[in-house]
Amino acid sequence: MLVIKCPFCGERDESEFHYGGEADISRPKEPSKLNDREWGDYLFMRKNTKGLFSEIWYHSSGCRRWFRVDRNTTTNDITRVFEINK
Amino acid sequence: MKKFSALSILAEGLTGNKGWKPHWNSVEPKNQYEVVIIGGGGHGLATAYYLAKNHNINNIAVLERNWIGSGNTGRNTTIVRSNYLLNESSRIYEHSLKLWEGLSKELNYNVMFSQRGVLNLAHSLQEIRDSKRRVFANKLNKIDAEWLDSIDVKKYCKIINTSKESRYPVLGATLQKRAGTARHDAVAWGYARGASNLGVDICENCEVIGLKVEKNKIVSINTTKGDIKVKKLGIVVAGHGSVLAQMAGFKLPLETHTLQALVSEPIKPILDCVVMSNAVHVYVSQSDKGELVIGAGIDSINSYQQKGNFSIISGQMGSLLELFPIFSKLKMLRTWGGIVDVSPDASPIIGETPIEGIFFNGGWGTGGFKATPGSGWVFAHTIANNHPHNLAEPFSLNRFYKGILIDEHGAAAVAH
Repeated sequence: MLVIKCPFCGERDESEFHYGGEADISRPKEPSKLNDREWGDYLFMRKNTKGLFSEIWYHSSGCRRWFRVDRNTTTNDITRVFEINK
Repeated sequence: MKKFSALSILAEGLTGNKGWKPHWNSVEPKNQYEVVIIGGGGHGLATAYYLAKNHNINNIAVLERNWIGSGNTGRNTTIVRSNYLLNESSRIYEHSLKLWEGLSKELNYNVMFSQRGVLNLAHSLQEIRDSKRRVFANKLNKIDAEWLDSIDVKKYCKIINTSKESRYPVLGATLQKRAGTARHDAVAWGYARGASNLGVDICENCEVIGLKVEKNKIVSINTTKGDIKVKKLGIVVAGHGSVLAQMAGFKLPLETHTLQALVSEPIKPILDCVVMSNAVHVYVSQSDKGELVIGAGIDSINSYQQKGNFSIISGQMGSLLELFPIFSKLKMLRTWGGIVDVSPDASPIIGETPIEGIFFNGGWGTGGFKATPGSGWVFAHTIANNHPHNLAEPFSLNRFYKGILIDEHGAAAVAH
């Protein structure tokens, strides 16, 4: 069980959170101009990094806010937790 | 390679079992091959075996970074079935199930395939409807399937709790009688032996470090045992698809997760079928050694660690006891995790990649074991002909750009 330090609530057990996956996947600014390849890349293709990985988490049983975590996917070490856009 | 038969076992038994040789030759890689398969698990070895057997290619190597059977082939819950809802899936899994039925004979190796029947339980009205729909779909695809109500479930599996007082009562189940379990290690060993017999080089402890691609074409593989020139490369890995794709410079829609399983202490035979429940989420069977083999879903986070969260195990134990209160005194012997590449539609990716000469077979998620023979069969065909086998065609990487997903989430009898 990971212990995650929510930037708003402090340290809590992983079971209080929901995982949001890879960070920095932003919705296309002009969706109507995307071709099939660009849509496929946006919707489905993922970095799936082995090593240090930027991801988003949701404190669903707490403050119900999203935030960012940098975690190593081979060791589970969390190196940074911070608010989105900061 | 010495053939196994009643006579050879008797002869060896009488002469002190001194004549047995290693089942396959583990060799150092040469510096050039026609086809290299990355991944010495069941799927990779089956691919090499069928490349040699069905397509007469004899210059093949299988590279395994560890030892044969050390990955997910040796750490899964061994369930084999083909009762998938969607046509594309049911065809490939049924093709695989048919190969399983003749596999021990084909390989001259006892893979202990046991068609003991698989129950997929339904716990709600909606699940009854979905399950019956799947039974009808299976029948249309000529796959054996039956619907059992809760009384028949109790008759088929006497120790299951079908009480109406249960929090999620068992209202019925689908049954595939031809489904069952197989001995996971024997599958890897049998295919390794078969492939080795046909001249395939099995290279263990040989890890791929890099892939050299020139003008969008594979040139060579950089390994811990030197560089290997290659015409065609098949990537057949369970949990490192994205890592290898990145080495070659193409993208995959995969996320790697830990999948845990556990076994109990061995007990006398008590459960003679496989029971799977989607809603309370656990599946269980009893191995020939007597251990209960128990599994459920993936850990939610991306992870390359072969260990997972205890909360997942604790959840599946709760589910197990809901269905089988009789197991409450049982002690669990060991738990383990494997890493699996999960695709967005819970279906595998098989076929060509954007790089010429590189073929990919992965993203099997939590359900790859059952597909081992069929996966190897269609992938060998795909590599040999530079064109997807007709059963593999719907599973191309291109489906994510064309929007023709094979959405098995929730449709595949058990949640992936």
